[in-house]
Amino acid sequence: MEQRKNFVEEISAIPGGEGIRLCIQCGTCTASCPNADKMEYTPSEIIALARAGYRHEVLSSHSMWYCLSCYLCTVRCPRGINPTELMHALESIATKEGLSPHHRTLTPAMYRSFTDFVYSLGSLPELGFMTWYYLLTNPLRGLRLMPVVLSLIRHGRLSVKARRLTPEGTKQLKAIVEKAEALGGAH
Amino acid sequence: MEERRIGVYVCHCGSNIADTVDCAQVAEYAKDLPNVVVSRDYKYMCSEPGQNLIKDDIKQNKLNRVVVASCSPRMHEPTFRRALQDAGLNQYFFEMANIREHCSWVHTDRAAATQKAKALVSAAVRRVYHHEPLEAREVPVNPNVLVMGGGVAGIQAAIEVADSGNLVYLVEKEPSIGGHMAMFDKTFPTLDCAACILTPKMTIAGQHPNIKLLSYSEVEDVSGYIGNFKVRIKKKARFIDEDKCTGCGRCQEICPTKVASEFEQGLGQRKAVYKPFPQAVPNKVVIDAVNCRHLKGRAQGKDICRICQKGIPNKSIAGCETGAINFDQKDEILEVDVGNIIVATGFQQFDPSVIYQYGYGHLPNVVTGLQFERISNASGPTNGEILLASGKKPEAVAILHCVGSRDANYHKYCSRVCCMYSLKYSHLLREKLPDADVYQLYIDMRCAGSGYEEFYERLQEEGVNFIRGRAGEITDTAESPEEKDKLIVLVEDTLVRRKRRLPVDMVILSCALKPRADTEKMARTFGLSRKADGFFLEKHPKLDPVATVTDGVFIVGCCQGPKDIPDTVAQASAAAARALALISKGKVEIEAATATIDEEHCAGCKVCIELCPFKAISYDETKKVSRVNEAVCKGCGVCVAACPSGAIKGKHFTDEQIMSEIEGVLV
Amino acid sequence: MKASYFPGCSSSEGGAKAYGSSSQAVSKVLDTELVELEDWNCCGSTPYSSFDELTSLALSARNLALAKKKGKDLVTPCSSCYVMLNRTNAYLKQYPKVKAQVDEALAAGGLRYNGTVRVRHLLDVFVNDIGYDAITAKVKKNLAGLKVAAYYGCQVVRPKFGFDHPENPQSLDKLIESLGGEAVSFPLKSRCCGGSLVISEENIALDLSRKLLDSARSNGAECIATVCPLCQTNLDVYQSRVNKKFNTDFKIPILFFTQLMGIAFGLGEKELGFKTNIVSAGKVLAKYA
Repeated sequence: MEQRKNFVEEISAIPGGEGIRLCIQCGTCTASCPNADKMEYTPSEIIALARAGYRHEVLSSHSMWYCLSCYLCTVRCPRGINPTELMHALESIATKEGLSPHHRTLTPAMYRSFTDFVYSLGSLPELGFMTWYYLLTNPLRGLRLMPVVLSLIRHGRLSVKARRLTPEGTKQLKAIVEKAEALGGAH
Repeated sequence: MEERRIGVYVCHCGSNIADTVDCAQVAEYAKDLPNVVVSRDYKYMCSEPGQNLIKDDIKQNKLNRVVVASCSPRMHEPTFRRALQDAGLNQYFFEMANIREHCSWVHTDRAAATQKAKALVSAAVRRVYHHEPLEAREVPVNPNVLVMGGGVAGIQAAIEVADSGNLVYLVEKEPSIGGHMAMFDKTFPTLDCAACILTPKMTIAGQHPNIKLLSYSEVEDVSGYIGNFKVRIKKKARFIDEDKCTGCGRCQEICPTKVASEFEQGLGQRKAVYKPFPQAVPNKVVIDAVNCRHLKGRAQGKDICRICQKGIPNKSIAGCETGAINFDQKDEILEVDVGNIIVATGFQQFDPSVIYQYGYGHLPNVVTGLQFERISNASGPTNGEILLASGKKPEAVAILHCVGSRDANYHKYCSRVCCMYSLKYSHLLREKLPDADVYQLYIDMRCAGSGYEEFYERLQEEGVNFIRGRAGEITDTAESPEEKDKLIVLVEDTLVRRKRRLPVDMVILSCALKPRADTEKMARTFGLSRKADGFFLEKHPKLDPVATVTDGVFIVGCCQGPKDIPDTVAQASAAAARALALISKGKVEIEAATATIDEEHCAGCKVCIELCPFKAISYDETKKVSRVNEAVCKGCGVCVAACPSGAIKGKHFTDEQIMSEIEGVLV
Repeated sequence: MKASYFPGCSSSEGGAKAYGSSSQAVSKVLDTELVELEDWNCCGSTPYSSFDELTSLALSARNLALAKKKGKDLVTPCSSCYVMLNRTNAYLKQYPKVKAQVDEALAAGGLRYNGTVRVRHLLDVFVNDIGYDAITAKVKKNLAGLKVAAYYGCQVVRPKFGFDHPENPQSLDKLIESLGGEAVSFPLKSRCCGGSLVISEENIALDLSRKLLDSARSNGAECIATVCPLCQTNLDVYQSRVNKKFNTDFKIPILFFTQLMGIAFGLGEKELGFKTNIVSAGKVLAKYA
């Protein structure tokens, strides 16, 4: 009982998460979701499990990581809930507790590489990001994409240099991000 | 001035007030307030012993003002006023302090709530000091009744009032009475044919000696007050002499102009001169001025067609044999006097074309509930056969619940009848297409009437595929050979937690029942308020569902909120009974707390006249001052506040009374 | 008109720089000056909002605070940046506690933001501020005969930030028509391309992209116009992967809508960067060059 109440409260405390209390389990979100059949728990099922207090199952599942953020669920939900943001909220809690299912999907690792770059540079250098991501997860997979990489280079679409902020801008951004993390969560 | 002797009574209301407010303390405090002679606290002031406390004190302690600190005046002000009257005091020497809804029910801190209760009592004591004796007035009640709307609700109400011997004006906007029920095929759960059970009532309504049926008519203006309304009705021109028309339908047959039929929900056609449906009451035709070739030609100075009148002589086809066609007919204005008005204007079906993902309007064979009623109806555009637009029979049909209802994007409320009529559609489909797959997609099954749950069980036995899930979308983009040329319904079957694609041929959208588009205009005409969902507001949702804040005006049927036929008929009977109660009493007491204009100070600026929501103020041209018709005045106070000369006083709400009330709180 | 311009990482120096350059060039033709916001930072996109909500909001808040100093609307060509920035505005209004925290974070960087910068997508500015007639007036090479599938993708119309219909948008279709082209019927016009999951779950994205390419082709489209750098990448850069996986032979050029506008306005390779399109648009656009 305690666990159930706390998990719902925890989710409700994150902006966009408070809708979880309103769900009537109509299944419109699942019906609209392009990836619902790839998720181990459908979007509506994740909500039901969360409300029933199955915290570990929900946070360690790979379901929310398959969310494309296409927001079809959000514009169709009859209770005005934003399931996309709910998925984001669950992803952030799972990440903070180290429960991201790295062994079942590469999306958490990809998001991680992305955020590492944004955190350190304030900008996303595509080549750097992709290289780092593939090195981190599976270099061999990266090799299979060589034809794509080569075509990008041939067409002048892959720049080696990374955009950087000015030194003042970088300092300012770092201060803001560090403060935000101190207030919200860990890096 | 006469010495004031005020009695204060603080009610415990069981634990409702006493749990939060220290009533004994408040009563003790009140003892020391100016002019208070008696101060008591008691468990239930509204009870007989409670009232007797007041009456006895009035006699023994010679009280001439009374304050009761208890619940909302809307609950018991009349009760206590009567108690004063019984004891020989003018009932307006009474004031109530609301220490329940305004205090104990909204606060939790006992000390603070008790302080607040003391302030409220202090205010009431100071106010009541200034109360003047007022007399409630009685006016006679006109025994005629206006029923606005000729659907099953209006028909029922009209017949019940008419049977009592009183005259009813039954006003219906369409050329025939019958409303939406006349469109239905069968009705749940008994599967009675709607027309079969309705037409007898329609016939009675059309022929009853006490019912004046004004069809193809609209109410333009209502003025007056309970017992004495003046209603202006526009009888639209049918261009048919009703006395001569026999309803033979020949004109309809030979008219060359075809347009989409509103009654057939756009699935069939009618002529420019038409009877809306075969069992129409009155059994007369009407000419649609918008589409009639001759009437359109008149506007351009031409004289064409008239086939309905003249026939087609060179083909030996005769026109109207009784000479009933009259292209020169004009709209008629009638003014009637009634004592009660029953508003029974019904609902409008939600238009699902705004829900793009359901395909209504751009995908074929996606139909609304009313459209399906017409398809299934034996007198409908397909003669009762379930057919697709192509003329073929569907092999699979899906029925989607909650289209436009229970939806934060459109209407939050539940439309109450759709679960049941969806079950009915499933039954009709299984009956007429025994080999077809029928899917019913629901979120919940709401079957809360007599025989309703049993009907659900029956449909389960009939082999309908119930899927618990709200459809996400309807698409015609096939992803496999079986889906080619089909409509595919995407839904999560929540009971098995799988996303499913259902290939069907026809989709029925169980659309919401919503307030009619002209609700705002009607609200203003009849003095009605509307709820957040747009339907008319009843006086009390639990205890007074057919009355409204405007005395003498009642709302029945779906204009008050979505409901099924049994509840509609019950409400219609209820309103008829209320009207008849008033008629049988013959007179009605009206509010004494009205506004009065001091003609000495009135500048004749007419600001008050413009502002009065009840049209209660008139202008005297000779004296050049405004005057309040106290019979119509409801004492709302708008004119009192607005008068730039301060010439208007609100009885029982004078500046003196209000200022002393404020002082009482601040002390 | 003048506006502050937020290109986003892809359109400035990333793989979609042709989008950035064509946007700037086309805006100039339409007498609209897009002044790039100085020292802007990455919006964080979906990955950051899935990582830490508050920091994600703070990232966007910095950009909004900088834009506020310029006092103009903030215009972006990237749908993801559009959603992130608008979402931040919405949340700051809706959640006072979160606003307090974001304010504190901004203060640590010496910035303040009171929530009044309007964030617009470039497509919105073109069709609503400049208008179809003004666009038609600048057309030098009418695109008559060109069949284009108007592909919106998701985030320019969802969540509902007030621009166009969330399921059946029409603005890009009408824009194509105002250039003289024909916007073919395209039922999947606002369906997902797979987004950033093309990197971590490539098969899913290829599946979705395949459906889009198939639908566009079977409705007669000769090319697809997009309003988002990631959509363009998925459909263009990965088109060969789609063909490899599904044994299909798609050769549909995927153009940034500003590239299409640029062709109609008579602009050249320097501004429009067609060399960066992997699937060559040469043949399709030959008669308009």
